[in-house]
Amino acid sequence: MKRKAFLIDITECVGCGACYEACKEQNNLPQTSDDPLRDSLSDKTYTIVEQRGDFFVRRMCQHCEDPTCVSVCPVGAFTKTEVGAVLYDESKCLGCRYCMQACPFQIPRYEWGSVKPRVQKCIMCYDRVKNGELPACAEACPTGATLFGDRDEMIEIAKQRLAENPEKYYQHIYGLEEVGGTSVLYISPVPFEELGFNTKLLKTALPNFTHEALAKIPTLVTVGGVLLTGFYWLTNRKNEIAREKFEEKKKQNLRGEE
Amino acid sequence: MERLLKPTFWKVVGTVIFVLGLYTIYLRFTGGLAAVTNLNDHFPWGLWIGFDILCGVGMAAGGFTLCAIVYIFNIKKFKPIIRPTILTAFLGYLLVILALLIDLGRPWAIWHAIIMWNPRSVMFEVAWCVMLYTTVLFLEFSPVILERFKVEKLLKIIRGITIPLVILGILLSTLHQSSLGALYLIVPSKMHPLWYSTNLPWFFYLSAIGVGCAMIIFESYLSAKAFKKNLEFDLVSDVGRWIVVVMSAYLTWRFMDLLLNDKLNLLFVNSIETYLFWLEIIIGAIIPIILLAQPRIRLNRVGLFVSACFVIGGFLLNRLNVSVTSLQASSGVSYFPSVYEIIITLFLVTLGVTIFNLAVQYLPVYEKTKETIPIEFEVISDDELKTEPATK
Ligand code: SF4
Ligand code: SF4
Ligand code: SF4
Repeated sequence: MKRKAFLIDITECVGCGACYEACKEQNNLPQTSDDPLRDSLSDKTYTIVEQRGDFFVRRMCQHCEDPTCVSVCPVGAFTKTEVGAVLYDESKCLGCRYCMQACPFQIPRYEWGSVKPRVQKCIMCYDRVKNGELPACAEACPTGATLFGDRDEMIEIAKQRLAENPEKYYQHIYGLEEVGGTSVLYISPVPFEELGFNTKLLKTALPNFTHEALAKIPTLVTVGGVLLTGFYWLTNRKNEIAREKFEEKKKQNLRGEE
Repeated sequence: MERLLKPTFWKVVGTVIFVLGLYTIYLRFTGGLAAVTNLNDHFPWGLWIGFDILCGVGMAAGGFTLCAIVYIFNIKKFKPIIRPTILTAFLGYLLVILALLIDLGRPWAIWHAIIMWNPRSVMFEVAWCVMLYTTVLFLEFSPVILERFKVEKLLKIIRGITIPLVILGILLSTLHQSSLGALYLIVPSKMHPLWYSTNLPWFFYLSAIGVGCAMIIFESYLSAKAFKKNLEFDLVSDVGRWIVVVMSAYLTWRFMDLLLNDKLNLLFVNSIETYLFWLEIIIGAIIPIILLAQPRIRLNRVGLFVSACFVIGGFLLNRLNVSVTSLQASSGVSYFPSVYEIIITLFLVTLGVTIFNLAVQYLPVYEKTKETIPIEFEVISDDELKTEPATK
């Protein structure tokens, strides 16, 4: 199956919260607020709608192409599936929360009050998408502000809209290149920093940063091991020679006494 | 026994901390992390990672520094303090593991790292380093226990593999000290630029060597006081000289790094980060370098000890700055550890000191080390050679 993606067009969002309600229902999440505009992401809320001036912005996991959470998890509890959904397996998780610390979008949420805590976030309705259905939130969206489909197609649509209505859109597709690309794309009428997006993100996928450090390990171990053994051998050799000389002299002395 | 039970001020304080600590652990395992910590979704790592893990591991750096000095560079005069130093490192790692068990959300799954591999993860590397290095430290310390209970056969085997063990230990701590810095390489956009650097692993490594030396001084001074073992202290003045070298290299590199990345202007911004950065640099590097560069202070017991304390203080501040201060602004929340978090940290420190004291009383930690050092022959220094009457 092809890589999927969301396209969220902020100009079309009316802040009705249908996506929020649909997500709660689909994932059996308890009610946390009557008003989706007042709620925040939590272990019980995978998506929210934020009001920013005159605009409404959906927030959810970006399902990065090379996800930081996947790369940092020591036990591989996070995985990127073939459709692009980033999933979490609680049976592997240690609860180290490195995924939360490392996610550039500050998405994963934790069950802080639980003695068997899980990390929670949007799962792109993987079971539905796998079967060719739309995610619950995309299906529920009455205005088409949340679109869902093949990532290539979504990018095409976004580009088309930017090109056809240059006065309506700020000329940037958020998520196309940020941290190496994500499976949630945004287009907006205003610059993204005005909507609270992190616009300082690099274009490289973050796992590259640690990859460089990790790649040095084999060299470090081999070179280090050889050097240390060498040093040990050298410094000990000196002592050994000293000892031999000492013994030699001792013998000579003994002989001399005789 | 009677002496053990006699109450003193520190014993009372220790007992109180101990009881509070156990109570906090009870709360933690019945109510989750929310019941005892100020951590939240925006600030998932706090004092426990910053102090108990990052600093704990750093303080254990004396172990590998001294092992390298004694076994690899063959500076045998440090032999008498190798046992207490290895004991400290071993205890340090045990406490780090205990801290992890408290901090991890699902501690019963801690062994998963053994069979569920993600070699792309720095945390995976850290997990393996902790497991392997703790084992190595245990083996390195085991002769002390084996001697005490006279298990000759095992003792022989362990002594036979000392050098490979030491080399393995040095490599593992090199990896581990630096990988703790590497943990933060993944958050370039979250960390304050005064601390974020692609050289973080090196900075962590160098400062660990610096603090390793400082810990050697620190321990020698305290054990000389506490256990009336005078001989160790005379050895360690040289270590002060090394601190000057290591910390100067560290200081130069950090400022070069700021210079090359066009960050020097950040040093004069009026912000809490700037102040804490300067504090860390001044306490941890500049002051001790100035102090220890003077023979007068280096050769003075108290002077040496105080300088070592500066290095350690600066080190602690650096690790806390990396793990807490530098991430504060981007998190959007302000984090300060809860009383319970502080209690657990004190609890771990108290536990460490108590076990160390008990070990020193019941095991031959400070025993004359002549036979116990597993090398095939006694080393004869050039001086001895000259003074030996046979050579006349
Ligand atoms: S947004 Fe965060 S949690 Fe979601 S895939 Fe990317 S790194 Fe993972
Ligand atoms: S908290 Fe769980 S999922 Fe997240 S990095 Fe740690 S082990 Fe992996
Ligand atoms: S994709 Fe599914 S889980 Fe994610 S926000 Fe939409 S409804 Fe919720």
